[in-house]
Amino acid sequence: MERLKSIQDLDALRQQIIERRRHIRKRIRVCNGTGCHSQGAERLVDAFNRVLEERGVARDFLVVPTGCNGFCAAGPIVVIEPEEIFYQRVKADQVEAIVERSVLADEVIEELLYVDPTTGEKIVHEYEIPFFAKQERMVFKDTGSNFVRDIGDYISRGGYSALAKVLSGMSPEEVIEEVKMAGLRGRGGGGFPAGVKWESCRRAHGDIKYVMCNADEGDPGAYMDRSLLEGNPHQVLEGMIIGAYAIGAREGYIYVRFEYPMAVKNALWAIEQAKQYGLLGDNILGTSFSLDMHVNRGAGAFICGESTALMASLEGKVGEPRGKHIHTVEKGLWNRPSNLNNVETWANVPLIINNGGAWYASIGTERSKGTKIFSLVGKINNTGLVEVAMGTPLKRIIYDIGGGIPGGRRFKAVQTGGPSGGCVPDRMIDLPVDFEKLKEAGSMMGSGGMIVMDEETCMVDVARYFLNFLVEESCGKCIPCRVGVKRMHELVVGMCEGRAQPGDIEKLEELCYTIRETALCGLGKSAPNPVLSTLKYFRDEYEAHVHEKRCPAKICKPLIRYVIDTDKCTGCGLCRRRCPENAIIGAKKECHCIDEEVCVRCGICIETCKFKAIYIE
Amino acid sequence: MENILQDVDAIIDRWGAKPESLLQIMLDVNHHFNYLPRESIVRIAQCLGMPVSHVYSVATFFKVFSLTPRGRTIVHVCTGTACHVRGAPKLLDRVRQDLGLDPGQTTEDLAITLETVNCVGACASAPVVVVNGETHSEMTPNKMAALVKEIEKQSA
Repeated sequence: MERLKSIQDLDALRQQIIERRRHIRKRIRVCNGTGCHSQGAERLVDAFNRVLEERGVARDFLVVPTGCNGFCAAGPIVVIEPEEIFYQRVKADQVEAIVERSVLADEVIEELLYVDPTTGEKIVHEYEIPFFAKQERMVFKDTGSNFVRDIGDYISRGGYSALAKVLSGMSPEEVIEEVKMAGLRGRGGGGFPAGVKWESCRRAHGDIKYVMCNADEGDPGAYMDRSLLEGNPHQVLEGMIIGAYAIGAREGYIYVRFEYPMAVKNALWAIEQAKQYGLLGDNILGTSFSLDMHVNRGAGAFICGESTALMASLEGKVGEPRGKHIHTVEKGLWNRPSNLNNVETWANVPLIINNGGAWYASIGTERSKGTKIFSLVGKINNTGLVEVAMGTPLKRIIYDIGGGIPGGRRFKAVQTGGPSGGCVPDRMIDLPVDFEKLKEAGSMMGSGGMIVMDEETCMVDVARYFLNFLVEESCGKCIPCRVGVKRMHELVVGMCEGRAQPGDIEKLEELCYTIRETALCGLGKSAPNPVLSTLKYFRDEYEAHVHEKRCPAKICKPLIRYVIDTDKCTGCGLCRRRCPENAIIGAKKECHCIDEEVCVRCGICIETCKFKAIYIE
Repeated sequence: MENILQDVDAIIDRWGAKPESLLQIMLDVNHHFNYLPRESIVRIAQCLGMPVSHVYSVATFFKVFSLTPRGRTIVHVCTGTACHVRGAPKLLDRVRQDLGLDPGQTTEDLAITLETVNCVGACASAPVVVVNGETHSEMTPNKMAALVKEIEKQSA
């Protein structure tokens, strides 16, 4: 491939690619996102290619391994274009039939269709499924149909046209103005206005400046950044190139968690291809603007998602944050002006340039503009990635898109913002989700994880979980976080294990306020949030643990016991044989019982019993 | 020893002996040997012109690095929030009891290492367990017990 030397070259290439694909009759999209991949989607791609090859029709149909489709609960997913027939939970041995009936012929295979759980009806087309129909996909729109390893696919869909627009007649100031007008706020957690950040970085003194992408997505339960970078790396890259032009950077870094090997690989590959096409490197699209880009892997430290810690780690130091009295836009990496935004923020940029800041600002609420991608996970029917306009009510996300709670159980709360966020309880289900409203509710946007919890989730256990996470991930630099969070953890563990004393809840609260006031960085200051928000909305659960030594959700092991229902037990002996601790005793065909001393409450017996005769007390 | 240093040098060459390459070099060395051999830490410090204590501090700060040899099979139990609410603690208890290991520990014959990971981003398939890079989705205590047996058989 020869380097593109001008904007006209790019347009010509786009036409060429479209022309080259004109003979393709159908596209078979096979989702290769994280969820589908873990369930064997790669084998599906091979199988489709093999079957098409065997039938000698490989030229007429295109098998497209795509980025994450988003509807992970239905994976592995196959979608046949142009009709957009949606097949769910596809297995490799069904490929032959799909090719035969839906690719070569135009039949629909009923058994593979998605069934709407509320109406019981089978739905043929992707766009009719409520999960998709009720979303507003802009940023995440193409990820599920993007041919990940083919830059041509991105270009054919209008990719890099925003960059072309910028380079063909917008000054850096105009680009910044557009982003400011859009009201784009950082999607990594803080929600700082991106345009303002860019402007400060542009104005900062220094010849060498850096543009950076934060893909150290450490919030457990959030994976939209992973999916974007893996599934549509050029969209992120294009945003970064535009950002570099705006702030005047000539070098860029993408900092990715090592836990995301595919994201590392795809980012590297995208950079390589962009270089070959003259979209990165020296004299981009024949202009005087040049940019070099690197990928750096993180090494498993949550704190490195914090900007100063991330930059320290890039410099080859321990990833400890520093006080932010001097901002990183002035003194960041190597003490030079550095502009760090997260993956989703960058992915928004091409859209803003293409459609204009005013258009973007028309979406969302007064102070939170645009859309947000949430990873809807936990106790929810339709797990997956969901993109909605800012200000969409929580109810719409959980019920209309998410399909409600499995097993008819009651919705209890949704946790947002990772270890720095909090829980929004069921009674606030009508809350419009945006930066401000989540903050008012005692939580925060974070990077967009939404972990849904039902009545079988213990809120004290959730607090314990996050404190344990924070104890492990505290970098240890400042005392409030290093020691204070540890003390909080001890108190909450005591509650979960039935050792808590009256007055512990008050002690815990006091610690929360002290840490919030005195910790050094954002991670430490927000560490008490999971406790404060659960205390605010679920104080009764804490009180039950402390005063009655009881876990209402029946989760905390030392406070529960497993019991066999004498009316339901048939004495089949299956649980007795399966129990790894030999804690179940009983003669054949007679009611069994559990030796509480030996039982470790592992749950194997409940899972095994066919008569639902075992319950938790 | 000689071989170890040769491999370490090759990795350093690939990234360049600059301070900003430190983390990348250490990640590759850690991956190559499955841990960071003592000699490699000294060598990296020499080549990059930094005190051994600095390399050591980075090695102990980040979760991925191990200073002791790890097993041929590494079992990662995901303890992300989505996995947690869907029952990851029960899985972890199961492996702990079956293998007699705490997270971070390795069996004496260097066959299996048990580790936890904060989130692998496969939240839709929660709870997940990753064995040598392969993700097992929607795990239950029963499936976990069967998986452990299989791993033990394979690595015996």
